[in-house]
Amino acid sequence: MEVGLNHYLVLSAMLFCIGLYGVLAKRNAVVILMCIEIMLNAVNIALVAFSRYVVPVFLTGQIIAIFVITMAADAAAVGIAIIITIYRRRESVDVDKFDLMKW
Amino acid sequence: MSNIIFWLLAIVTVGAALAVVVLRDVFRAALSLVLLFLTIAVLYITLSADFLAVVQILIYVGAISILIIVAVMLTRDAWHGSPSGKFRISALVVSILLLGTMVFSVVSTKWETSGEPPLAPTTAAIGTSLFSQGGYVMPVEISAVLLLAAILGAIVLMRDK
Repeated sequence: MEVGLNHYLVLSAMLFCIGLYGVLAKRNAVVILMCIEIMLNAVNIALVAFSRYVVPVFLTGQIIAIFVITMAADAAAVGIAIIITIYRRRESVDVDKFDLMKW
Repeated sequence: MSNIIFWLLAIVTVGAALAVVVLRDVFRAALSLVLLFLTIAVLYITLSADFLAVVQILIYVGAISILIIVAVMLTRDAWHGSPSGKFRISALVVSILLLGTMVFSVVSTKWETSGEPPLAPTTAAIGTSLFSQGGYVMPVEISAVLLLAAILGAIVLMRDK
């Protein structure tokens, strides 16, 4: 069977759901950040696959994927800065103990 | 041939993603995340997105994985392993339900695919459409401001007071 758009979309959906499970279930903040990166990568695969199979000569999906990568880099930098700042104060990266903003 | 490559890549990708979620050792999870980024770069090549594959290797494999590994090492001694929280079962149910919904909607939709061959070197075309008239100049400027804000935010957060 020839590999087509559906295969890439199903692969992207599987990666997204694995990342979603990690975000919802894990307690280590760094692992949650890694799972967010998995989800963003899954979205990028879907965008590039649509760009390849639906509009092969316009590259719209690839350009949006570049912006998604930019925002993923931002999110990783700021997220890790926040995690390390909280780790310095609390000596922990357990998200169950992150209740600094609870009033 | 390309079919075999796709299936191999798909198996390695899903396996690496599962390893990130399942492995108890955070450092090994970070290493399998690097493997995941690499296989996704090769997936972009099979989708004839050569520029994006190079960008993926430069930014994800080069920069983000280093950031994550540094974060793992800085926070390692206090926290061994990555245990699951109390929402484990419900998170599993939610993700499997979402996966079922998405796979069902993907398979049952009839996509209007185009039979045209894709552009071979995409770099020039991407550059043209990013910066030309009626292109994506505004998002490029906004993402520049966003990057500056992220750098400033990271510096302010990490600075010793």
